[in-house]
Amino acid sequence: MTATGRRKLLSSLFVGFCAGAVLLALIPLALVLFFVISQGVLSLNLAFFTHMPTPVGEAGGGMANSIVGTLILSGLAALMAVPIGVISGIYMSEYAGSRFAAAVRFAADTLNGVPSIVIGLFAYVVAVLPFKQFSAFAGGFALGLMMIPIIARTTEELLLLVPGTMREGALALGATRARAVFSVVLPAALPGIVTGVVLALARIAGETAPLLFTAFNNRFFSTSLKQPISSLTVQVYTYATGPYEDWHRQAWAGALVLVAIVLVCSLLARLATRRLERMHARG
Amino acid sequence: MPKSKSRSDVAFQIGTGAFGFVLIALVCGIGVILALESLPSIQKFGLGFWRTEIWDPVAGEFGALPFIWGTLYSSVLALLIATPIALGIAIFISELCPAVLRQPLVFVTELLAAIPSIVYGLWGIFVLVPAVRALETSLPDSLRKLPLFSGPPLGLGMLSAALILAIMVIPFISSISREVLKSVPPAQREGAYALGATRFEAIRAAVFYARTGIIGAVMLGFGRALGETMAVTMVIGNNPKVSVSLFAPQYTMAAVVANEFAEAADRLYLSALVEIGLVLFIITLIINSFSRLLIWSMARTEKIVAEPVETEAAA
Amino acid sequence: MNAIHKIAVAVAGAAVLVTGVAAQTQRINGAGATFPYPIYSKWFSEYNKMHPNVEINYQSIGSGGGIQQVTKETVFFGATDGPMTPDQMQAAPGKILHFPTVLGAVVPIYNLPGVSTELKFSGPVLADIFLGKVTKWNDPAIAKLNGGVTLPATDITVAHRADGSGTTYIWVDYLSKLSPEWKTKVGVATSVNWPTGVGGRGNEGVSGLVKQTPGAIGYVELIYALQNKIAYGSVMNAAGESVKASVQAVTAAAAEAAKAMPPDFRVSITNAPGKGVYPISSFTWLLLYENAKDKNQAKTMVDFVKWALTDGQKFAPDLGYAPLPEAIVKLEMAALAKIKVS
Repeated sequence: MTATGRRKLLSSLFVGFCAGAVLLALIPLALVLFFVISQGVLSLNLAFFTHMPTPVGEAGGGMANSIVGTLILSGLAALMAVPIGVISGIYMSEYAGSRFAAAVRFAADTLNGVPSIVIGLFAYVVAVLPFKQFSAFAGGFALGLMMIPIIARTTEELLLLVPGTMREGALALGATRARAVFSVVLPAALPGIVTGVVLALARIAGETAPLLFTAFNNRFFSTSLKQPISSLTVQVYTYATGPYEDWHRQAWAGALVLVAIVLVCSLLARLATRRLERMHARG
Repeated sequence: MPKSKSRSDVAFQIGTGAFGFVLIALVCGIGVILALESLPSIQKFGLGFWRTEIWDPVAGEFGALPFIWGTLYSSVLALLIATPIALGIAIFISELCPAVLRQPLVFVTELLAAIPSIVYGLWGIFVLVPAVRALETSLPDSLRKLPLFSGPPLGLGMLSAALILAIMVIPFISSISREVLKSVPPAQREGAYALGATRFEAIRAAVFYARTGIIGAVMLGFGRALGETMAVTMVIGNNPKVSVSLFAPQYTMAAVVANEFAEAADRLYLSALVEIGLVLFIITLIINSFSRLLIWSMARTEKIVAEPVETEAAA
Repeated sequence: MNAIHKIAVAVAGAAVLVTGVAAQTQRINGAGATFPYPIYSKWFSEYNKMHPNVEINYQSIGSGGGIQQVTKETVFFGATDGPMTPDQMQAAPGKILHFPTVLGAVVPIYNLPGVSTELKFSGPVLADIFLGKVTKWNDPAIAKLNGGVTLPATDITVAHRADGSGTTYIWVDYLSKLSPEWKTKVGVATSVNWPTGVGGRGNEGVSGLVKQTPGAIGYVELIYALQNKIAYGSVMNAAGESVKASVQAVTAAAAEAAKAMPPDFRVSITNAPGKGVYPISSFTWLLLYENAKDKNQAKTMVDFVKWALTDGQKFAPDLGYAPLPEAIVKLEMAALAKIKVS
């Protein structure tokens, strides 16, 4: 074979390898989705969404309290993370060159990389022990910690994307910095920021480790913020590691609901980003 | 250009900066609290904590060697499996694939990243572990003699953990590598093609150019693997013993904290677990910072190179 | 915007309503042993049906967790099958009382495809398996106890608890009594340094591990073996009989203890003497503060325990637990008076 021939062969093999890598990665994705959907769908009935867990060994329980719990915890987390995240993001974009902004950026990236179990540990020491109470608050706090950096960085990036002309135009008309940001720049970036929040919510809705010793778990239906609260993730974990077939079926159903939430949020985020890109292209 | 330091602007800076300060305070708070809680353990065991294999809550003997071993072994294995695949995907999506496939493939890799860890763990227990057990059982006896494959074929163990970690880490490395490859100036590839390179050779040139960024991406994936808790603890076997065997049940730092935290019934036990959490925090901090430095430095050099080209084109 | 506004108001209103109604409910949180979880979850559910405004939320995180969290007062009561050690009791901010609730058995479960006869074990053999000295199912030590059964050459996989467990406590307490090597090498506690094996979380986790792993052996509370249809073996007792765990055999183990019950109820009944006794039996205890801060919750718990010790006992046999002997219930009723409810 000529040298060129060898090179061409190597190139074809390489292209084949890359395509193969894609297929290889698709296999576990397909397998996970296949099992979650096929196993989960069987156990997804009205009882699942409306009943509480039954005593061990009795069939017919549901995960209504866990679904509500996940919603409440996510809401709490967002309540805490959105203000801190968005406003930190505003600071980082408005004063992008300053050293303090660099420190904030570094802190955000660090917080993003902290393992979720360490966040749970911290939340246990800070939000559970002093109050001698496992609570939805503590769980929301832990999840909020994880959301902050995602929202902060997304906000910063999106605000930086807003054309400088908009900001400068507002300033030229005599607006204060605050006015320029809140009335002009932020609204322009808002759809993207909302998308970022939705994605962050999807991410933390699937977290388990931070909730283990903060929100704990609750077999009763509870909306109280000062009491332990159930969550889809912790409940799936409890059921998955147990021996009862009934528990396993419910675990698959819970996993399916989790994946559905994540899928819907990702799709919404995608559509929103597509819309945004089209709007920016036009405008 | 003079900034108008009106009171409103100063208030705005301080106001928004305060939230940024909260962020910084939270991160420092985590480090400080963890350090404070681990003091009893640090004082008692010192550095020997990380060299001792015994984890004996009864006798109050705590040695974290098995956990750091398990964490590093599983993460390195995961990276070895994941990196070629992730890079292949990144290259395929950014360089090779037809434009119509690009968005769907990007979406699909995002999906891999978005699946919650507990769902991977669930799937791991009921699908992956039996499959790995079948694989381990079918291994010929001659290979079984090697320390790498020694021990009873449980399914639960290092191999399952490494596989699950690899699956979870692939989308991470792939998406960051894609970003990095995107920032390689087209001139690099075009120059290569102009010289008659094959696709492989042109891509190789681009990858070589982006190597710091890609190393950064791989390291970020490593940091992610180190901290993964749920999926790993459900398939790794939770046995605090150092072992080279892929079949052996082992333990990671994140897993032991998750399993034993609720019940560490005395100050020293609790403190030992928090110390493990502290070290996990520090290790991921170092790796993430370093990898971001690599990615950032790559972005910087690329900008410096790009400018002269643009000015020449303008002139 | 208008429709969304209306929906938001409706949701907020509903939330207020729910929390308003819920404010009347008394919520008590407890945590601890997985050993009695099947009967506790039944009890708390039944009690809630009888008293709809009392929600006792029990999470089975293991006895070690129960002790730790009740000590930290993040839960109101704990539950454990391994009595608190003097050091642990010292560490608590107040005096903690132990109340036995039921009797249960810890059984050796195993997964041995191809062997349908029930296997017989003895304390020394179990200790050697868990020490890692006996590694194959066809080991002579096991074969000796099971004459006539063809045992395969499968590797033994030991499954134990990864979390702190009273079930572990009962198991290793028994092994320590029968194997001096176990006693010195490993010892007795809710969490030990296991010489070998894989760790699962809770009784649930160990059951799951054994069920899914051919060649595995583990130890769980009887009901977990029954409800999950996992094979469990009989164990040789102090009288030399090979006894399979049952309600009667566990009750027999408690009969001796009833005669000499210490006032704090902290007693081990493993390897009890007598005929028909199942040797790996144990009490399981609820942990309550003598002088808790919340007197309302204390009163509710005292009422609950009184119910559990009397009417609640009828649920025990169906779930594989043995009811407490009358004599012990009497002693406990008297002891409950010590808890300050006002």
